[in-house]
Amino acid sequence: MSDGEKRFEAENVACIRGERPVFSGLSFSLATGGGLILRGPNGSGKSSLLRILAGFLKPVGGNLGWNDVDPQEAPEIHRARTHYVGHMEAIKPTLTVNEHLAFWARAKGFKRPADNILQALDLDPLADVPGRFLSAGQKRRLSLTRLLATPADLWLLDEPSVTLDVQSTARLEDMLAAHRASGGMAIVATHAEIALPGAEVIDMAGYRIAIDTLLGAPQKAAGGPTAAGEPDYGEW
Amino acid sequence: MVTAFFNLVGRDLRLALRGGIGSLVAMVFFVIAATLFPLGVGPESALLERIAPGVLWVCALLATMLSLGRMFQDDYDDGSLEVIALGPLPLEMVVLAKILAHWLTTGLPLIIAAPALAILLNMSMQGFAVLIISLLLGTPILSLIGSVGAALTVGLKRDGVLISLLVLPLYVPVLIFAVGAVEGAIFGLGAQANLLILAGGFLFFLVLTPWASAAALRMALE
Repeated sequence: MSDGEKRFEAENVACIRGERPVFSGLSFSLATGGGLILRGPNGSGKSSLLRILAGFLKPVGGNLGWNDVDPQEAPEIHRARTHYVGHMEAIKPTLTVNEHLAFWARAKGFKRPADNILQALDLDPLADVPGRFLSAGQKRRLSLTRLLATPADLWLLDEPSVTLDVQSTARLEDMLAAHRASGGMAIVATHAEIALPGAEVIDMAGYRIAIDTLLGAPQKAAGGPTAAGEPDYGEW
Repeated sequence: MVTAFFNLVGRDLRLALRGGIGSLVAMVFFVIAATLFPLGVGPESALLERIAPGVLWVCALLATMLSLGRMFQDDYDDGSLEVIALGPLPLEMVVLAKILAHWLTTGLPLIIAAPALAILLNMSMQGFAVLIISLLLGTPILSLIGSVGAALTVGLKRDGVLISLLVLPLYVPVLIFAVGAVEGAIFGLGAQANLLILAGGFLFFLVLTPWASAAALRMALE
């Protein structure tokens, strides 16, 4: 992990998926060791935001900045410092646990994965088991082990604790704590409780773009920061 | 970057090896389709000799097309593509690695099977060397062009027909010049011109198609 102070900022980011506006005006700022939890109902744009931060999706408005440099200006540097673990586990039925780790490490440009990382999520008894024999929870744990296989400053996790048992969730929290203690950042979208001490929490529901707003009608989205203090127009 | 490139090729080859007969679908189809022709048109050796180059190339083309759908689909469906796309390898090089792996697992087996099938079809001996050269130059073009079709349809289910519609018109020139080369060698007209056009086409598509496929994959990853 590179040393020195780091800062990852988003300013007024807006997102449109399939011609449907999802959120707008979203800003945050993360410093070295920072954590951010994304909450909100289904479809509120948690996954879309993570995909924007990973660089898969371009924001339709607003700016991102890593130490004031837009990741889009240096995409290969941003890819190198980013780990993204989404809903899909990226596990092949015919490759073993160790082969997955070796592949992921080399796909990140490293010769081999870091040593002794299977213990972190209690996978070492399964090192030579092919993917097709892993249970859903084991697959998820293997997928999360990718975070440890190679170092990266920024972890983007989409519902990481789905299918994990209580013990594994605790291990994931330990991983996140160690990562942040060594200066990394973590952004986690989750419905479940994942301990991320001192993390900022963003409720995506507050940034939803009401269709009314776009059409020029008064905003009546509940719970949003702009909704507070607005006159109540009632149902009409 | 070199590590990441061959890492991807190596993994795809390993997956193909462990995939069993499923990964040899193209070659099996090629052999079956070509062996059906003598049964269908009759064992008249002069007729078979006349149509052999065309039959072999049409079968090779259809066999390649059969295997295109899976070029990116599996990696897209299970999320591997996201992992690979966040590596140091530019998406264009990722595509090139996938194309190389695709050719090694489909094009190369076709070339290995072709001489035996040429004998079966009573093809003239003068055409053998040129047939192999035309396949060596032509099948990589099929993989390159096919990658664009595969990348464009990667988000769709049941995309087999769509890929064929997208890719087949672009395959036609390859077929014409490749068969032209083999027949040129057989009838003593010389194959050089046709082979040079194939070689030029290979270089052209080698430069062009990885960009197109990578652009299509970027859209799919959004």
